[in-house]
Amino acid sequence: MAIAVRNLTKFYGQEKAVDDISFDVKTGEILGFLGPNGAGKTTTMKIITCYLPASGGTVEVDGLSVSEQSFEVRRKIGYLPEMNPLYHDMNVVEYLEYAAQLQGVQSSHIRSRLKEMTEVCGIGDVRHKDIGELSKGYRQRVGLAQAMIHDPEVLILDEPTSGLDPNQIVEIRNLIRQLGRAKTVILSTHILPEVQATCDRVVIIHEGRIAADGTPEQLQSQFRGADQLALELKASVANALTDIVPKIKAVSSVENVTYGTQEGETHRFLVDVARGTDVREELFRLAVQERWVMLELSRKATSLEEVFHKLTVGS
Amino acid sequence: MDKSLILLSTRNTATIFKKELRSYFNSAVAYVVIVVFLAIIGWFHTSNLFLMNIASMRLMFELVPIVFLFVVPAITMRLLAEETKAGTIELLTTKPLHDGEIVAGKFLAAWALIGVALLPTLFYYITIAFLGRIDNGPVIGGYLGLLLMAGVYVSVGLLASSLTENQIVAFIIGFLMALVLFMFDKVLFYVPESLTSIFEYLGIDYHFSNIARGVIDTRDIVYFLSVLGFMLYLTVVSLGRRRW
Repeated sequence: MAIAVRNLTKFYGQEKAVDDISFDVKTGEILGFLGPNGAGKTTTMKIITCYLPASGGTVEVDGLSVSEQSFEVRRKIGYLPEMNPLYHDMNVVEYLEYAAQLQGVQSSHIRSRLKEMTEVCGIGDVRHKDIGELSKGYRQRVGLAQAMIHDPEVLILDEPTSGLDPNQIVEIRNLIRQLGRAKTVILSTHILPEVQATCDRVVIIHEGRIAADGTPEQLQSQFRGADQLALELKASVANALTDIVPKIKAVSSVENVTYGTQEGETHRFLVDVARGTDVREELFRLAVQERWVMLELSRKATSLEEVFHKLTVGS
Repeated sequence: MDKSLILLSTRNTATIFKKELRSYFNSAVAYVVIVVFLAIIGWFHTSNLFLMNIASMRLMFELVPIVFLFVVPAITMRLLAEETKAGTIELLTTKPLHDGEIVAGKFLAAWALIGVALLPTLFYYITIAFLGRIDNGPVIGGYLGLLLMAGVYVSVGLLASSLTENQIVAFIIGFLMALVLFMFDKVLFYVPESLTSIFEYLGIDYHFSNIARGVIDTRDIVYFLSVLGFMLYLTVVSLGRRRW
């Protein structure tokens, strides 16, 4: 149940919200759709779910065009919009029944689907409460249950964890992980740890364009400049700048050494090495040879946050 | 969209219909409407009955169209405005159902509520029939006319509700549009003579009084059904305007 987006463009009046974006989501993949507010995430999702028409380009879900075969597509998709569409005067069971009927679930199956979804989403305890009385976390679970009531093959979730407290975020995230195993999922967010925790792949979108596309690990390595090592040594030398720095610089692949701070006999350095090389072993041997005591040697990893910041704020 | 209007699924329409009717009766709306209705009509009706000593329901059939002007937009104002405001319209329109089914289901629910509110007025009929000889023709025509008129007002109110996400605004627009339909044949005096027949034809009360006399003419029925159908069509178009 793959999704293929090709040259998708959307105008709101004169304003271009989505600008010629293309990407694929493979069957069974959880794709994180990442971008600052107003980047075009929601618009793209609304087009995939047949709520809005595209101004240009195509979207296909399992080979079905969202504009030509809209009804077939809508049957396959489960959608949780950014503004969770709940009726506050209905109780949970009534609401899920309504959603199931609208989605065209056969009457004979509604009861069993309802039972399954209330169990999976952990809303069994509140199933006879009015939705208006529920906490935000429970409402979000009801929204997820609604999106999956017909056991769709594709799940589109627009900021499913926004407005939740940290515990609820972890719960919802686990739920998505667990439910997403057998489904193709697109999940939008502007919270970075969420992507690292939940998604197989990330598409970063900025000002309506795709800024990056890859696994979280790929993006991290792709946007890492020269690798950097933090080094802390204990050595009784008269002058670290003349006695230690040149010796480290002499190690092959080391490009630059910055002398940091000094506390008594403890010296700190930042060592820039050529991208993709690892000189930790050589540094260790050097320290042994020079009789320095190595207190710290660690690699500074680029976080996805830095990648995101670089891409969306500009360097 | 033309195709979609023909191929409405009764199942989807019924789902929307049941949900809307249930939410009328779950909230106070339905009961307030019924009570207001009975109170106003009961008061005028009984005072008239005993004062004039005539076994007729004419006064009720003159009064209800005016009550409808206020009550019907109040019933219909939330139908689509609330869905737009709460974002639940996105739930409905991303499910495999046509906009026409949404409109039809909501229309029928509000119409049915008016029907239910009219039912207890049959009690007045029974008392009158018990007290004196009543001409049944105008009664049957009157009820039919009221139902058709309510249908037109509901379709007008639903259109108003689709135009805004503010329920109060929807009420005011719905009321004004219904008022215009109601006033067409009341302003004939101020209209150039060449236009009087058109204004008369457009006036909802003109057609209602024809039917309420007990003369059920196809031309009047056609008027009600075509206005109603046109308003519902406009509502479907208005609901689809996110696609423009």
